[in-house]
Amino acid sequence: MGMDKNTLLRKFHQARWDEEIIFELSVPGERGILVPRAEPGVVAEVGDGLAALPKSLKRKKPPALPEVNQMKVNRHYMRLSQETLGTDVNIDISQGTCTMKYSPKVQEHLVARHPGITEIHPLQDEDTLQGILEMYYKFEQFLKEISGLDYFSMQPGGGAHGVFTNASIIRAYHASRGDRKRDEIITTMFSHPCDAATPFTAGYKVITLMPDENGYPDLRAMKAALSERTAGIFITNPEDTGIYNPRIEEYVNAAHEVGALCSYDQANANGMLGIARAREAGFDLCHFNVHKTFSSPHGCMGPAMGAQGVRAVLKDFLPVPRVEYDGKRYYLNYNLPHSIGKTRSFYGNAPIVVRAYAWIMQHGAEGLREVAECSVLNNNYMEKKLRAIPGVVVWYAEGKRRLEQVRYSWEKLQQDTGVGTGDVMRRMADYGIQHYWTSHHPWVVPEPFTLEPCESYSKADIDEYCAVLAQVSKEAYEDPEFVKNAPYNLPVHNVPAPEINEPERIAVTWRQYQKKKAAKKG
Amino acid sequence: MKKLGFIVNPVAGMGGRVGLKGSDGAEILKLARELGAKPEAPGRALEALKIISGLKDKIEIITYPHEMGQEECREAGFEPRVIGAIESGRTTPEDTMEAARLMAAEKVDLILFAGGDGTARNIYNAVGERVPTLGIPAGVKIHSGVYAVNPKGAGQVCAMFLDGKLLNIREAEVMDIDEDAFREGVVTAKLYGYLRVPEERRYVQSVKSGGVLAEKEALVSIVSEVVDQMTENPETYFIIGPGTTTRNIMTDLKLQNTLLGVDVVKGKKLVANDVAEARIWELIQGQPAKIVVTIIGGQGHVFGRGNQQLSPRIIREVGKSNIVIIATKEKLTSLQGRPLLVDTGDEELNDELSGYLRVTTGYGDYVMYQVGYN
Repeated sequence: MGMDKNTLLRKFHQARWDEEIIFELSVPGERGILVPRAEPGVVAEVGDGLAALPKSLKRKKPPALPEVNQMKVNRHYMRLSQETLGTDVNIDISQGTCTMKYSPKVQEHLVARHPGITEIHPLQDEDTLQGILEMYYKFEQFLKEISGLDYFSMQPGGGAHGVFTNASIIRAYHASRGDRKRDEIITTMFSHPCDAATPFTAGYKVITLMPDENGYPDLRAMKAALSERTAGIFITNPEDTGIYNPRIEEYVNAAHEVGALCSYDQANANGMLGIARAREAGFDLCHFNVHKTFSSPHGCMGPAMGAQGVRAVLKDFLPVPRVEYDGKRYYLNYNLPHSIGKTRSFYGNAPIVVRAYAWIMQHGAEGLREVAECSVLNNNYMEKKLRAIPGVVVWYAEGKRRLEQVRYSWEKLQQDTGVGTGDVMRRMADYGIQHYWTSHHPWVVPEPFTLEPCESYSKADIDEYCAVLAQVSKEAYEDPEFVKNAPYNLPVHNVPAPEINEPERIAVTWRQYQKKKAAKKG
Repeated sequence: MKKLGFIVNPVAGMGGRVGLKGSDGAEILKLARELGAKPEAPGRALEALKIISGLKDKIEIITYPHEMGQEECREAGFEPRVIGAIESGRTTPEDTMEAARLMAAEKVDLILFAGGDGTARNIYNAVGERVPTLGIPAGVKIHSGVYAVNPKGAGQVCAMFLDGKLLNIREAEVMDIDEDAFREGVVTAKLYGYLRVPEERRYVQSVKSGGVLAEKEALVSIVSEVVDQMTENPETYFIIGPGTTTRNIMTDLKLQNTLLGVDVVKGKKLVANDVAEARIWELIQGQPAKIVVTIIGGQGHVFGRGNQQLSPRIIREVGKSNIVIIATKEKLTSLQGRPLLVDTGDEELNDELSGYLRVTTGYGDYVMYQVGYN
């Protein structure tokens, strides 16, 4: 029983519940929670509460929510969770760039149970919020030390939002200097797509650089692209390939020479904590995906945080309010007349601040450095093992080490056997490992897969993970059709490949599904 | 039951091994045989067929006699339906064309052919875009985009297509180098037209990943950018080069388009279709003008393949800063780091155009890409 000690493989089989959509479980009149009525004293004071609602906001009909009893709700979601391979049940190295480190459960207990966070509301009097404000303030100090920059905001609700906020600050900066001809930004093909998309949303034209033969952004192309119209450059380093660009200063200097600002996408800073900083690399702005590097369950599009930071010269433009300290108490400062305004409701995702603060406090400064060292060590160990697997190639930077993640390629496997990255993805889950992330589009590296072990996984975990990929490679060389027809042990056997491309066959809400179903019938 | 039309050009590729630059024409073929050339195509065709032999009970193969497909089918274990007639040992391009025509009349779902650019041209002349086709690369010249990466890949794409698994059929360029000129050392290529080729990203020559819809959206985005420029510059002549990417502009403007030729637009109205070099020159004298070109052919040419009407003097008159190169990021990525090429015929101009140029990849979206080797 259990994992085979020699092969390190498991006889995994996932649960298959054929579970309904929750709307289909609805029984009219069924209730999960009966909300207690207000006490007489409260009613005497404020009436029934509903009378105060503006007429235009009051529903004419009750919402079409499913009516399900509590036990059934619990059972339903537990069953669905059994049909996924989340971070709690599998060795989650597959999500390269997502930095799926362990989020200590003690942090979940804090945010779920501690009244200091569960019983507060952001619009309470500041005097009653000193605890959470202190966390915000101290967390900002941590980020300042980690990055070397001068001021941070916790408002952005995710990484892309953080980059958008930086783009907005850059826009405000140039406008404040009367410089209105800067309408372009430069980014790179291996940066996150949000480094192109969010400045575009902020009003900029976007110039993207291709990688050179070593995998670094083409510096000559950058110099050709820079001009007096460049407002800023948006760069990740290391990029998704995991290769640190040792000449990053040249890029930053070239941008500064034309008067552009430099924004550092540090969504994943795991390989750099305590080792390299945005300031010394010359950047003017940066952002962190707090839920990645500083741990938080990744909520799948949220809740998240893209804490963004700036040098002092950009302070005036930061979002409001800022959490500040006058030596005696913490308070909210709205007095930034040139602020870009609010980027999110209230002060950003407070529970994430609690988790990240707790996480940093548990590690201490030495601990953060150890996180970086372990994650780099883990990644290099794993890279060595994976390179030995038949069919794997690694593009770029021959002989150089990567930091915390690597972009691999099954190019050779595909040429030799016809089995490609999509096939391996589907088969690996049969062994209880979640399918890996491939790459952003377009795929510059063919048949890609991008892996990141982080600091949390042990050598034994990494060995187990590598064993699965080695096994799938072996199967591909022996019986390609078998791998191509995977998965076999999962709830869904027939995964459409390539993806379903017809919008009429896709519905993302129940209402949409009903409409499209009805339209099809009619 | 799906029907597969299968054609082998038995002499394709014979010129290559003995150093001739192609196999077109009876004279060259004779010479090749004298030099000891052996047929290459049959072996490659068989390689592809073996991959789909698993489908032999699910599809009907219709092929041409003897060495034009029948032999290969039998060897791969198929029982093909043989149509047409040939003079074995003396096959000609006309045989290829007639084969394709007859198969189109049989309403085959796909014509799988083994050959090179010459063969691709024959297929194109016979059926144009009426039937999906796929090439097994087996010729000397394989500049067209109609082939799979290799014979195995051709078999795999074909199998997937017949099995209903492939979603996209794209238009692929049929290009051919002028062989006589090539033997004199001059490289000129002509864009003959387009064949419809099933696409499975890993196996057909350009490797893609973003998905079909993403590509379509990217093209819409590119068109918006160009049309925007037209709106902002109503007095500027826009010289629209050939290709399927530029065609989208004309379609969006609801103007007549020449797929293989150059069209001129001003103020979003059509000035002229399929213009020759002299007429373009006449039009743009002393006028503001922009050239809109895209990448033609698998080698990444921006000038010199299929758009020779855009002569050096026209390019100089328009000016480097007024050249708008349009291409999707997918297309650029498929070049795998190779630079875009300019082959205007004027070495000095080629040098001037080299360096890094902006390629328009969407609305307000550009890639700084290397042009020319330097």
